[in-house]
Amino acid sequence: MTATSNILPLFVGISLAGAFLTSIVGKKLKWLPDLMGSLTTLILLGLSLITVRIVATQGILVYSVGGWKLPIGIALVLDGLTVFMLVTVNLMAFFIAIYSINYMEKFTSKWKFYTLFLLMVAGMNGVVITGDMFNLFVFLEIASVASYALVAFGTERHELEAAFKYTVMSIVGSLFVLLGIVFLYSYTSTLNMADMANILAQKSASNITIMVSVLFIMGFGLKAALVPFHAWLPDAHPSAPAPISAMLSGVLIKSLGVYTLCRVFYNVIGINSSLSLILMVLGTLSMVIGVFLAIGQWDFKRLLAYHSISQIGYVILGIGLGTPLGMIGGLFHLFNHSVFKSLLFLNSGAVEYATGTRDLQKMGGLMTKMPITGTTSLVASMSIAGIPPFNGFWSKLIIIIACVQANRLGYAFWAVLASILTLASFMKVMKYAFFGKLREKWNKVEEVPVFMKLSMVILALICVVGGVLLIYNINEVFLKPASDVLLEGTKYADIVFKGIQ
Amino acid sequence: MIIYLLCLILFCCGLYCILRKRNIIKIILGIIIAEYAVNLFFILVAYRMEGRSPILSSEVEIVNMVDPLPQALVLTAIVIGLATTTLLVALAMRIYEKYKTFDITKIKELRG
Repeated sequence: MTATSNILPLFVGISLAGAFLTSIVGKKLKWLPDLMGSLTTLILLGLSLITVRIVATQGILVYSVGGWKLPIGIALVLDGLTVFMLVTVNLMAFFIAIYSINYMEKFTSKWKFYTLFLLMVAGMNGVVITGDMFNLFVFLEIASVASYALVAFGTERHELEAAFKYTVMSIVGSLFVLLGIVFLYSYTSTLNMADMANILAQKSASNITIMVSVLFIMGFGLKAALVPFHAWLPDAHPSAPAPISAMLSGVLIKSLGVYTLCRVFYNVIGINSSLSLILMVLGTLSMVIGVFLAIGQWDFKRLLAYHSISQIGYVILGIGLGTPLGMIGGLFHLFNHSVFKSLLFLNSGAVEYATGTRDLQKMGGLMTKMPITGTTSLVASMSIAGIPPFNGFWSKLIIIIACVQANRLGYAFWAVLASILTLASFMKVMKYAFFGKLREKWNKVEEVPVFMKLSMVILALICVVGGVLLIYNINEVFLKPASDVLLEGTKYADIVFKGIQ
Repeated sequence: MIIYLLCLILFCCGLYCILRKRNIIKIILGIIIAEYAVNLFFILVAYRMEGRSPILSSEVEIVNMVDPLPQALVLTAIVIGLATTTLLVALAMRIYEKYKTFDITKIKELRG
């Protein structure tokens, strides 16, 4: 354990401290919650960018909580995949916190919002940074409980209904995860992921591993909203306030669902051909069914929510392929999706903020009145539909090439089809919401306030230049280490134990 | 063996309650039952027949000890369960204020 590894607990600590400080003094000092929200996430973003450099120079870092040696104590592990997820989570959290400064004005008790928001960030950072199975469950629950409350934040009829559905289904998912952890613990007598991977590798494959895999696919699949388990997402995501929709769709389903699936199946249990087939089939199903359900929607946010299911399908398909190119494609799409889907949800929030409606049929011609929202939304739509040179194009291209390379032409076909249908449904959004003739009742509509514009413009810029992540030098320090962690498979254990010395 | 089976039956009762009942309060009770079944299972996994309490002292040799770790973990799981249950009950109260019913077949305005 080196001095630099002291940075690891800060990711959880700072966000928790921010949350508690906001909840204690936020009620009295009206200006504080905004400042705390933005400042905390800015510090976290800075720290996560520093860790990119640290991992590139020093390799994997391990921190033992409370000084207990591995494998007894709780370990926090910083490797390529963790860094990648930390940057994604904190980047989105920062821009969404800035956006909320203006957007949350219309809600009362902003301090409650920021408290829950920072708790959710703490949970997500904790999930990606921990190296301990039960600790992962605890952080997963912290992030989930905060998100249940945030979905219900409006406390109107629809919000409450959606929050109840989401909470019940998500709790069932968590129960399956806990049950899986119980089985793993009773089989291996350890909770440390690295130690667990070692012991599982020594024992030959047994029915318990299969049972645990099934439980984890159900549990984490429910969190990631893969298709047979997706029913909560189209209700929960549109009902939350726009910044939270962006957070849920942008990073929550990825850090609680996709990341945990990858970590557990690649690094702890160890991937095999049947697991990889299950992941690919689930990914393809989500991709196609999500996009078909999305096309018919007229509610702006509900349409975006169905597209989240579809795009998560791409990520899972890419990662499930198991080839180096597929991994890079999947992880790159994960990053890109969090950028453009957050941006789209922020756009829908901006439209709702200005006009008060989410129904596409009632909009029209808003481009003339809200040029910045319109343009950023056009950029995000072209990214998600995979039009060059935006970031979504590169990641989808890599996934499709990876499918063809692995001789999985069927999957490649479905990926192309889903991409075309995505394009069709976003042409619908653009046509009905932003282009066409301006309706008379929108004559007084004004562009949204400055902080909302700021975060939308910066996210749109990231969409435009996102492709640079593939340039050799940047890829070497950001995407490739992350995919290497997954490719190493259960060798992860040896690397973690080496990191402790 | 029979005790594990009973634990499974308890879990299934909870799941049945969540999936089949129409009253919100009964669904919440189902969640509590399922949660307790998982917690109970965790404790059962660690239990040793005729085991002794896991206290380390110099004169007693370490044989047939109950595994103490799951007990600590279950305590955490119970606290998490408390948080989620409280939130659910609060949601149920708010839902009753808005909809004037606990019947989930009458609370479905979100579709499509």
